[in-house]
Formats: sequence, structure tokens, C-alpha cells
Amino acid sequence: MIKVYVPRDSTALSLGADRTAKAIVAEAQKRGIEIELVRNGSRGLFWLEPFVEVATDQGRVAFAPVQPKDVSGLFDADFLHAGAHPLNLGLTEELAWLKKQQRLTFARVGITDPVSLEDYLAHDGYKGLQSALKMSGADIVKTVTDSGLRGRGGAAFPTGIKWNTVLGAKGEQKYVVCNADEGDSGTYSDRMIMEDDPFVLIEGMTIAGIAVGATQGYIYLRSEYPHALKALNEAIGKAYAAGYLGDDVCGSGKAFHLEVRRAAGAYVCGEETSLLESLEGKRGLVRFKPPLPAIEGLFGKPTIVNNVISLATVPIILDKGAQYYADYGMGRSRGTLPIQLAGNIKQGGLVELAFGATLRELLYDFGGGSATGKPIRAVQVGGPLGAYLPESQFDTPMDYEAFTQIWAVLGHGGIVAFDDSVDMAKMARYAFEFCAIESCGKCTPCRIGSTRGVELMDKITSGKEHAINIQVLRDLSDTMLNGSLCALGGMTPYPVISALNHFGEDFGLKQTETAA
Amino acid sequence: MATTLTAVDLEKIQAHITAHKDVPGALLPLLHAIQDDIGYIPEDSYPLMAKGLALSVAEVHGVVTFYHHFRTHPAGRHVLQVCRAESCQAMGAEKLEAHIKSTLGIDFHQTTADGAITLEPVYCLGNCACSPAVLVDEELYGRVDSQKIDEIIQEARSSS
Repeated sequence: MIKVYVPRDSTALSLGADRTAKAIVAEAQKRGIEIELVRNGSRGLFWLEPFVEVATDQGRVAFAPVQPKDVSGLFDADFLHAGAHPLNLGLTEELAWLKKQQRLTFARVGITDPVSLEDYLAHDGYKGLQSALKMSGADIVKTVTDSGLRGRGGAAFPTGIKWNTVLGAKGEQKYVVCNADEGDSGTYSDRMIMEDDPFVLIEGMTIAGIAVGATQGYIYLRSEYPHALKALNEAIGKAYAAGYLGDDVCGSGKAFHLEVRRAAGAYVCGEETSLLESLEGKRGLVRFKPPLPAIEGLFGKPTIVNNVISLATVPIILDKGAQYYADYGMGRSRGTLPIQLAGNIKQGGLVELAFGATLRELLYDFGGGSATGKPIRAVQVGGPLGAYLPESQFDTPMDYEAFTQIWAVLGHGGIVAFDDSVDMAKMARYAFEFCAIESCGKCTPCRIGSTRGVELMDKITSGKEHAINIQVLRDLSDTMLNGSLCALGGMTPYPVISALNHFGEDFGLKQTETAA
Repeated sequence: MATTLTAVDLEKIQAHITAHKDVPGALLPLLHAIQDDIGYIPEDSYPLMAKGLALSVAEVHGVVTFYHHFRTHPAGRHVLQVCRAESCQAMGAEKLEAHIKSTLGIDFHQTTADGAITLEPVYCLGNCACSPAVLVDEELYGRVDSQKIDEIIQEARSSS
């Protein structure tokens, strides 16, 4: 029976993948042709969704984008045997966009049926856990440390060092918490992992638990991701049924339990201590550090808090070894980064690459320039708290330290492109507005500063006491940057000041006045 | 105390409290369960939750009001969430937002007079490669323009 793949990823669904799948099944029935429909994850070429594939002897052949109205024509062209058709893109694996990538964390994404444990096992699934179960906790932690993996949520703290602290902490109960509160605009790699390969996250968390002696894991998932919730819960159920979760993981005698907890629409809960408060059933107020969550985390117990991508990268490191992963990348940024192309971009999607590719390669070679066809004037990298970069900085390599050097952040690897119709003063105002809406209210610079910032931007754009207010804007940003308790207030100045420094004309400054 | 809750809702809420009272960090899962079931978190249920989870009413109130997701009044038959974040702004979300507000004749956090649609802002739906995005209940839409949103609104209005 011929296998036909139609993705079940949210973005594919948002462009009509369900209707396409239905149309294919109906047309096959009408013609008396037997097919097996697989709802796979997305390959990440989102501008081509719904991205349909047909399994042939040569490999999977892509037809995209397929709308219901195209379906009967595809059957007429014998697409089930890779027949010629304007939508026939050839072998999926040969598409340059995919071929140029280095997919390690996303190795299975788009290929397998996300909620099929058999499929997961057939594609190297649970090999990382199998090797971890033969190792001591300390050796697992050392492997993660040696791989050079750093927190992919944005802070880029070495994952192995965090784990080592939890390993060494005394406590009868320890926890592994996955931060799946992916609230940054322009990012969706966490969502893709959870919807398109949920077992890899479950496996990564299980390895973390086994390594440090934590028996309970929680995935703190944002409420805006209903499809991820369903996929995770289905996969967790299957992992329990097959003995990959529970009191005796794979007969090792070690326990690891896992549960998804839904967030409730507070951006600040992506900050790890606020997240822990929320998991405890409280308002998501940021905690003072120290104590570190690794020592006193969830319910006061030693806790690993890692981002989805960090945890989902652990299985391949344990399977193939630390060196295999560390061989990718540049400088202190080892391995790969799943980069997300977003905003005003012609070819938006998921690009996993070793650290070191430049923004320009991503925006033009992969992204194909802006969606509107106008010049790309600015990009925001790393979410709403990331700096805006002008064209002159597009040759910056994707590397944590290179971004730090230009007063920017790589964050979670999201790149949002804007064409030349963007008003950067408006974007700066929005950054303050967003901070005001999402501030937890615990510290003054963030709580009050964000609202004062909105007012200040209105004064600046109306030209009121312009020179003085520009100075006040810099002073306010300085206070927020240095005086806030967490990254929400502390990094809101990044988009604001970078916009001011690079796009001063939008703030009513003459060219000569723009430099800081 | 006097309550405006129906006996049926009261019974449902009590059942959720009983089911959650021994769960670690129970309040958020409990609030989700109640809102999923009856559509909102009635303020009259705060004392019941407080008692069931050994919290103060103030703590319950504080948590409900901290999170954007929880509502203390019933919503319309459908909730339309429109993304306002940067990626969607880069693709015309502001225009889309204005179009939706004028079409529905309401602002954010309001419900249309026919009770069909409640309009809410949202900050990222994770569909940023195909901006702008909206979410209707649990149905996600990408590359939404004014024509597409008109169809979406029409469909929501005509369905139960």
C-alpha cells in the first residue's frame, strides 16, 4: 500500500492540512485506490505547507503546497508514483533547503509519525536512554558537559554544569522541569519538537532524571499550544504503557514520572523562577536568586530547569557521544541551533545549522528575502527582548559570543524580519508596552519603567522636548537594564536602545545624532 | 454566602476541587479544569477552592487575576485570539486587528452583541513563519488577511 504523508504540525494545519488530507483520502476512495495516510510532523518548509509526500522506491517525493482543489489533478498525474505535476518538487531529501541543514535535534522531525512509538524506535529513538542506563549519573552529566550543550532557551548557560549542581545537591526528592513556555515572538522550535517528535523530549527528560536522581518531571507548556498538549499527552501515555516511563524505566529499577502542566498565558513564566512559582500553583512572581533552582527549586527541592530544545538534544548526545555533538559549531557555541525564520520572510521555516552561519545566509539563502519583496530593513533576533539589527550587522555569525559583542542576543534562535515599511520608534514603544502588559510587578524598574517608557516614546514621537526625552529614554533604559530582577525588565532596553542607535531617524534624530 | 452559581455548575466545581485537592501545586490545573468545563472561573467559586486547597481567598483571587488566560465572566460561543507580537506586526497584524475590531464592533476583551465571539489579544501563537496568525478556540489560522478573517468570523458566527 502506498504511503502518503500529510503533516499534522500546527502551521500545516493553519494552512489547511486537514482539508488536504481529507481530500486525498476521499479521492483515493473514489478511485478505488488503497493508500495509507500518515500524519507526520512538518519538515519545516513552512512556506510550502501543506507539504505532501509520497513514499516511492527512490525515497519520499514531495508535492507542495497542496490545497484540496489540487488533489484530483494530482491523482490524474499519478502522483502516487511520483508522476510529473507542477507541484512535484522531486525527492524531499534532495531539496537544497533541507540538504544544506545539519539536523541533529530535528533529525526525525517531519519524517516520522510523531505519536508512533514504533516509528520513533525505528528511527534511533531511545538509543540515548539505553546508553545512559549503562552509565553512572556522574558519567551522564560529564557527557552532557563535554558536548558543550548550552541552554537553548536563551540564557546559554552550560547544561552539564546545571545538571552537575543538581546531581551534587542533597535531597530525597528532585525534579526535572521542562520550560515549554515558548512565548517569544518569532520562535516555534519548541512547539515543533513537542508536536512533531514528542518522544525525543520525553527521552531527554528521562535521561536527565536518571542522571541526577530525579523521579518526577513536569513539562510546563504554554496554553497557546493546544496541539502540542495533545501530542505530548498521547506520547507520554504510550511511553508509560511501553515501560519507558514509570516506576521501573526499561527494567532498570529507576523511576521517572512525567506530567504536562498547562501555563496560563503569562509571558514572564518563561523566566525559570517565575515558572516554578506557577508550577507550585502561585502567581508567577520572579524569585530572588540565590538560591539557585538547582539547589532550591520546585517545592524547595533541587530542580533541573531546561528548555525544550536543550532537553531534546540530550538523546543524540548520549547516543552518539559528546564529541560527535561538540564537533559542530564555533568558538564556545558547540553543536547546532534550530533557527526559526519568521515575520516578513519569503521562505519561513525551521533551519537547524551548526553555529556560525551568518544572518545574511539565513535571511537570503534560506529565507529568500522578504515576503513583500521589499528590502529587509531590520531583524529582531532572540524574541521580544532581543536587539534589532540593521543591514550592516547581517554578517554577524550565529554565535552566542558574536552576538554579545554587538550588544545583541541569539536567545532562542528566532529571527523576525521587517521590510522597509517598519517604524522602529513604534517597535520600541511596543517593546515597553509588551513589558508593561507582562511584568509580574515584583520589581520597580520593570513594573513602573515599562509604563514610563510607553509615555516617553509618545513624547518623543510627538517631538515634545525631544533632546531631553531622548536622554531620559537612555537613562530609563539604563535603570531597567541594571535594576530589574529578571530578563523581562532587564532586557526590554535591548530592542529599545538598539532601535534608537541603529534607526535614529525613526526617532526624529538626524544621522549625526544617532550614535550612543 | 449568596451565590449566583447554578446547582449544576456548583456540583461540577466541587467535583473538580475534590479531584485536584491532593495534586501538588493544584491551583492552576484546577482553574484550567473549571474553565475548560464551564467556560470561566466564577468569583463565587473562590471560597470553595480556597477551602478545598487550604489557601486564602485572596491567594486564589491573586492567581486567577495574574494570568491572562483565566476569565471571571463567561465568554462568547467562540474566542478569537489575534496575535499582536512582532512577527505578526511585520506582516500587517495592526491592520488586521483594526479590521477585526471594526467588523465585530468591539475592542479586545469584549464580546459581540450576538454572543458569538469574544475578542482577545495574544502574544505569539508559534505560527511565526506564516504570520499573521489568529486562533479560534483551538483552531489555528496562518497568513490571515482581511478576506480570510471575514470568512473565519462568518463561520464562527454561524456555528454553535
